[in-house]
Order: sequence, then structure tokens, then C-alpha cells
Amino acid sequence: MSDIMLRTENLGISFGGLKAVQDVNMEIKKNELYGLVGPNGAGKTTLFNMFTGVYQPTTGTFYLDGEELKGKTQEAINHKGIARTFQNIRLFSNMSVVRNVMVGLHNQPEFKCNPFVSMFHLPGHFDTEVRMRERAKEILKVFGLEEERNNLSCNLPYGKQRKLEIARALATNPKLLLLDEPAAGMNPNETEELVEIVKFIRDEYDMTILLIEHDMKFVSGLCDEITVLNFGTVLAQGKTKDALNDPEVIKAYIGG
Amino acid sequence: MANFFSNYKKQFKIKYYINYIVLAVFLVLMIILSSTGILSRSFVNLLPKIAYSIILAISLNLVVGFLGELSLGHAGFMCVGAYLGCFISLQLHTVIDNVTICFLISMVCGALIAAVFGFIIGLPALRLKGDYLAIVTLAFGEIVRNVFKNLPWFGEAMGLKTSAIKMPAKELFIISFVLVIIILALIQNLIRSKHGRAITAIRDNEIAAKAMGINVTFYKLFVFVVAAAFAGIAGVIYGHYVTPITYSVFDFNYSIEILVMVVIGGIGSMNGSIIAAALITYVNFLLQNKLSGNLAAVRLLVYALILILVIIFNNAPALKPLKEKLSIKSLTSKISKKSKAPHVIKDDDVQWNRIESKIKMDEVLSVDVKNSDGAIAEKGDRASNKEGK
Amino acid sequence: MSFMSILIDGLSLGAVYALIALGYTMVYGIAKMLNFAHGDIIMVGAYAIYSILMLHVHPFIAIGVSVVVCTVTGILVEKLAYKPLRGASPLAVLITAIGVSNLLQGVAQLVYGSTSRSFTIYDFGTVKVFGAEIGVGTILTLIVGAVIMAALQIFVMKTKTGRAMLAVSEDSGAAKLMGVNVDKIIMITFAIGSALAAFASLFYIIRIPSTTPTLGSMPGIKAFVAAVIGGIGSIPGAMIGGILLGIIEQICKNTPIASYTTAIEFALLILILLVRPVGLLGKRRREKV
Repeated sequence: MSDIMLRTENLGISFGGLKAVQDVNMEIKKNELYGLVGPNGAGKTTLFNMFTGVYQPTTGTFYLDGEELKGKTQEAINHKGIARTFQNIRLFSNMSVVRNVMVGLHNQPEFKCNPFVSMFHLPGHFDTEVRMRERAKEILKVFGLEEERNNLSCNLPYGKQRKLEIARALATNPKLLLLDEPAAGMNPNETEELVEIVKFIRDEYDMTILLIEHDMKFVSGLCDEITVLNFGTVLAQGKTKDALNDPEVIKAYIGG
Repeated sequence: MANFFSNYKKQFKIKYYINYIVLAVFLVLMIILSSTGILSRSFVNLLPKIAYSIILAISLNLVVGFLGELSLGHAGFMCVGAYLGCFISLQLHTVIDNVTICFLISMVCGALIAAVFGFIIGLPALRLKGDYLAIVTLAFGEIVRNVFKNLPWFGEAMGLKTSAIKMPAKELFIISFVLVIIILALIQNLIRSKHGRAITAIRDNEIAAKAMGINVTFYKLFVFVVAAAFAGIAGVIYGHYVTPITYSVFDFNYSIEILVMVVIGGIGSMNGSIIAAALITYVNFLLQNKLSGNLAAVRLLVYALILILVIIFNNAPALKPLKEKLSIKSLTSKISKKSKAPHVIKDDDVQWNRIESKIKMDEVLSVDVKNSDGAIAEKGDRASNKEGK
Repeated sequence: MSFMSILIDGLSLGAVYALIALGYTMVYGIAKMLNFAHGDIIMVGAYAIYSILMLHVHPFIAIGVSVVVCTVTGILVEKLAYKPLRGASPLAVLITAIGVSNLLQGVAQLVYGSTSRSFTIYDFGTVKVFGAEIGVGTILTLIVGAVIMAALQIFVMKTKTGRAMLAVSEDSGAAKLMGVNVDKIIMITFAIGSALAAFASLFYIIRIPSTTPTLGSMPGIKAFVAAVIGGIGSIPGAMIGGILLGIIEQICKNTPIASYTTAIEFALLILILLVRPVGLLGKRRREKV
């Protein structure tokens, strides 16, 4: 097995005549923290949407751990090991915090339970429920959300909602975690805490993480490598420091 | 096995079982009262109707309240169950003399056949959402009605004569209420399991549910199939209760009447659906008794006025403060004069009740067409165009 | 019946459906609600014409009165039943609309009884078109229907109010910020929709000269189907959907499977929605991820 977790080959998508993303080639190593940066509308989220099957790429393809995932549905891609969070938080807002995480656990093989088993309360149903709840609590503990597990997720403060989204994604037991602007709307304290959590997840779960972020301090403090996108194309790529100091990147950000 | 019981104990909450107990007590009470002859004949006659109305309301609530899809064709599934189930029952009756056995067998058959139709109607649900899906279900109801009206085996416009298998209301209501309790248990068990969570997750945020790997296709079809099967059972009860079965009963207005039960009872609240179904059926019965003949028009008027006023009172944004003032909670707190303590949640499952009452119906009805196929994502896709610029 | 006469008959029935469908589609586009009471406005119009004709006045006066009665009913329904629910859940509004529908039927039943009343507005006679015997009423329906629809299209496209209507249907919040009086626009929409329904009721009773309290239900649902086929919210869509449905209905009615006409129409609706999930001319909307 190679040590590449995600590899894209000339990945691109166009809407009508508009090429939103074109010719993106990147390689993310296993257990790497990889950043995706770029100005608004550079195509970062579109790239995420292609990785998770929301959009189907019109050109090129991508591989997760050597397996081609292009053309798969969102559900199938999640089963293969990509989980994500959303730029505009998408929690199950009418459910409690712990239930949100339990939805994430839904497809784990150890919690398999036929719907008819549940409907008729056959043996296995209660057992599954109890174990799922315990596991969900464990995951929440990592994020310091255990105390709030019975609150409705929509009543959480913004920073905690972001954390809960990560917890829920983590519950699906992915190989690759995609975080879409995880620090957006957080205060400096929360951001700092988030950096610690992301590092912890990487080490504890041996996770590969790809994140989109605008906060350059956040990116340079966290990511090993980055790709800078602008107008849907790769502007610079490589070690975080080098890529951020690339004259093209500076030009794109500062203008000129 | 010991493990099973210990886990069962962990999940056991007495309040989960209150509605079964209330229904069972009601049933026992009715059996006693009817056997002693205290109940009027017409009221005993009404009981099976209340039972199948409850079944219709709770099964529709599964679709509307928990899956979050609007269905305007629930009477269509009932129609399928009534016609085909009772057709089978009639055939069986030529062999088996005992009507109750015929009923039970045909009930299973009716449920299965209705489930097949639920599957067929579930298929468009994968592509359509909101109003458009509602319209497809409406169309389904009308198609079923129109087809049964014309098929020669089912008596055409005269209806299917079921007098041979008609069961006395005195017996039928017992079986029906037992069925109500069983079906309620099945639905509640489903909602309170991981599958129920998946279903409510789809309702709350379909995109996120997909990203979590929830098999949206499976669950949407599953809910439609289960709800249709139960509506089919309601249809079979109907067929053993009324003769003949006529197509005109299962019209659009009947589907709406079931929906009204769900909405008045509170979308997503099983207990609400049960109470509303029983109450609406009873009120209709009273109106029918008091206002018959020339006054039938008044019945329609009164019913419509009650409906409009209840909905406006419950939903008008301007009346919200008034409603809160009059709510039971504030009244009881006034009586007991307790200071309002902040709501503390102690146990793990309390939240479940809150999920039920807090659905954004705007989302249920919003037109939202998604296709996972990038190739169809052509013009009109302003959101993604913006993203690309 | 020759094909030509079936076609013209279908076109004229289609014009009736299109007129009703316009009411559905405009209200949906602007108030974002399914106004299931719209079909019963037709019934109100029919009874208005019937009552005035009983006074032995000229049919034109009856038509005028019917338009006024329908418009006023439409506005009243909007003001009393729907306006208090502005901002409430669409499902609540939908149920209220059903309530209003029952209410109107109840009133009609109370006043006129549940038996049907037969009457003729005017005996138009028939003419020969391309060798087919066709009622003048049918042709009049077609012509007047076309004129009304053209006028509506011009009104929406060219006048200030019409543009305000388009703006509200696009984004009522933004329209409000731009100074459009959304409440007034919604009222005007209901008024126009109901006036169109009055004409529809006239043409409908030219076809079938009798009226019952439930007269509006079936054409109402059929027209609703037409609006959806055309793409609900789209004015040209409602016209195309209505005419398509009218022609198909007339063709089906002249085949051996005539009794399955309703089923065929609804099946067609499902098929069209499966191929084009937002109807023929509807706008596709997508949720941003």
C-alpha cells in the first residue's frame, strides 16, 4: 500500500459553460493535515462537494487510498471512508447532541440492526441502542460536549455546533476527514482549542485531515502542506510556509 | 438473554408505555360497557371507525411528521387495502366459514398489497420533494379510485359488496383496537430506534444525512412501505365494517381529513394523532347525528369553521402571545403559583418528545430539487456558479 | 366525432383548465401556498350566474356580477383566512384552504340545496368548421380564453403592478425591502385569480349547463394538475399545461378506455414529474451545499 490517502487527477467540474474547478492535482499523505486555501469563490467547497459525491466531476478523477471513488453516491463515499463538515452548519437541529453523533454511528458494522428487529423489539435491539449511546458519549467526551449531550443541537453556541459537526463526522469512522472552515465564527479561545482538537484527532485516530480555512494563522500553525486555489485552478502547492510565500499567492490575496 | 433484559431495563421508560396503557384501559372499558349494554348501539358502531381512523392518522404521521414528506394520497393506500383485502376475504369466506379468520388472513394480504403500492409511490419520493411529491401522492389516490371504479371484479361503480364478511361492530372493535395498539407499538419502536433517528435525520437535513452515510433511498422507501401497509390494514377493517365498499369514499377529501387529524394533533406527535383522530371522528359522528337531512349543509359549515378557527388559533403568528397565555402549562403554573424554574433535563431520552413537536414545516414544503448527477446540474444553478467565479 | 371537433373541443376545455390553473399558479408563485379553495371559487361563480339569470336579466350582466362576486370572495377569503396565517407553516395554510373549500361548499349547499340546478345561459347554436359540427360556445371559449391569457401576460410583463408581482414571486423579502407592498400584491393576485375563475366558471357551465355545490372540485383538481404539469409558479406553464390536459382529456373520452380518463391524466402527471421534476416550464432550485 502506498502512503497516499487522497490523490486527484486533473479533477475539474463545469456548470454549463463555467469551469468552476479545473485540473486540480493533489496528493494527501496518510496521517497528514492538509490545508486548502484560496479567496472566496476559488472553488474550495466545490472541490469538497466533488470529494463527497454531491457534485460529480466532469473531468479527471480522484482516489481514496488507491480506490477510485468518482461516480459514487454520497452515501457510498461515506461508507468508503470520507466524512465531512459543512461551511454553513448542517446539524440535525431538532435532535439532541448525543443523537446527532448516534446518527453518525449508524452504519458502523458493530451497530448493525435490522429495522424489523427494532420494530418488534427482538433481541439485539436494546443492546445495539445501549452500546451506540455509550460510544456516542465517548466521542462527545473528546470534544468536551459530554455535559450538553441532552441539549437540542440548535441551542448550542456556534463554536460548539462546529465541534459537534466534527464529532458527528468522526463517528462515521472515516479514513479522511474534510473540514469546511472549521474555525469560522469562533473566537480566539475556541480557535485555539480547535487546533488542539484537530491535532488530537489526527494523532489519536490516525486520521488524515483536509481542511478549508481562511484564517492564515490557523493554517500555518496547523497544516503540514497546503494547496492554494484561485479561480478554480491550483495557484501554489507544497509545504505551508513555501506555498504561502509564493509571490503568486501574495498577489492573489493582496491584489495587484 | 439476561443481557437482553438488562439492556431492556436501561431503556425502559414508563412514559413510553403510557399510551398503550391508556388505549388498553379504554378497550377493556369499552368491552365491559358494551357487554353490559350501557353503551348505545350507535356508539359501539362508531368504535371500529375510531380505530381505523387512529391507524390511518398514526401511519400518516410517520410519513409527514418523521420522514418530513407531505402525502395527500393516504386514502389511496386504504382503498387498495379495502378492495383487494376484502376481495381476498370474500374468496376465503367461500372456503372458511369463520369470518374472523378470513379477516386476519385478508388483513395480512391487504397490508402486503398496500405495501407494494407504497413502494411504487415511494419511488418518485426519491426524485421529488415537497409540493411536487405531495401532488404525486394526490394523483396516486385519484388513479386508484378511478381504476377500482371501473374494474368489473370489484362491482364497478356499485362497489364491492362485502355483506358476507361484514363483522358485527361489537366484535370488530375489539380486534381493531388490539390492532391499533400493535401498530402503535411497531411505529413507536421504529421511531425510537437507530432507524427512527436515521429517518428524522433525513427530515432535519437530508444533505447532512447523506454525508453521514445514511441510505436515504432505503429509508424513504421503507417509511412509505410501512405507512402504506398500515393504511392497508385500516382499509381491511373498513371493508369488514361497511358494505359495500365504494370508490367515492376514498377521495381527495378523505386523504385530507386524515392529514387534518395529523396536523391538529400536532405533526410528529403520536399521542396527538391518536387523540385528534378519535376526537374528529367523534365530532363528525355527533354532527352527523344532530344535523342530518336538510341540516347536512350546516354540518359541513360547522366542521369547516372549526377547522379554520383551530388552525388559525394554533398557527397565526399574531395570536402567539395569547396562545401562550392560555396554554395548559401557564395555567397550571398559575394555579400552583410556582416560579418558573428553568427546564432541567435529567435523563437521556427526554429529548425525544421535543423532537416530535419541533418540525420546520417550511422545509417539508419547500420546493427543493436536488440531483446527484453533475451532468444535469446545468443552467439555473446560480449557487454553484457563484462559487466558481 | 371527427378528430377536428375533438381537437377544438379539447382546446376549449383546455382553455377552461388553463384559466383555473392560472389562479393556482399565480397564488403559488406569489404567496407560496396551494390554494385548494380555488376550485370552489368556480362554483361560487356558477351560482352567481345562476342567481342573476333567475332574475331574467341579460346574460352579460350575470357574467359581470359573477366576476365581481368571485373577486370579492377571493379577496375576502385571503383577508380572513390566509392573511392571519402569513408567516405560519405552509401546511397550516394548506389545511385552512381545505377548510375554506368546505366552508364555501357548505354555504352553497345551505342556500341552494345539494341537488343540481340546470339552466342555460344562452343558446349559441353550432357552426361548421372544417366540416365538423362545433358549438359556438366552444369557439367563444377558445377565443375569449386566449384573449384573457394574452392580456394577463401583457399585464404581468408591462405594468408596474405586474412587475411587482414578478418581484414578489422571485423573492418577497427583497421585494419588500425595495418598497413593494407585498400584502397588496398578494391581494391583487387573489383578485385576479378569482376573476379568472369567474370566467372559467362561465365557460364551464357553457359546456355543462348545471351547477352543484361540489361543481368546483373536479375541475379544480384537474386544473391544479395542469398547473403542475406546466410547472407551478409559471404563467405560460399553466396555459400550456391546461391546454395539454384539455386535449388529452377529450381524446381519451373518445376512445374505448374513456372511463379511465382521470387515471390516465393523473398518470401522465406522475410521468411528467418523474422526467421533469419541476414540470415543463418550472424553475429548478437547488440548495447550496
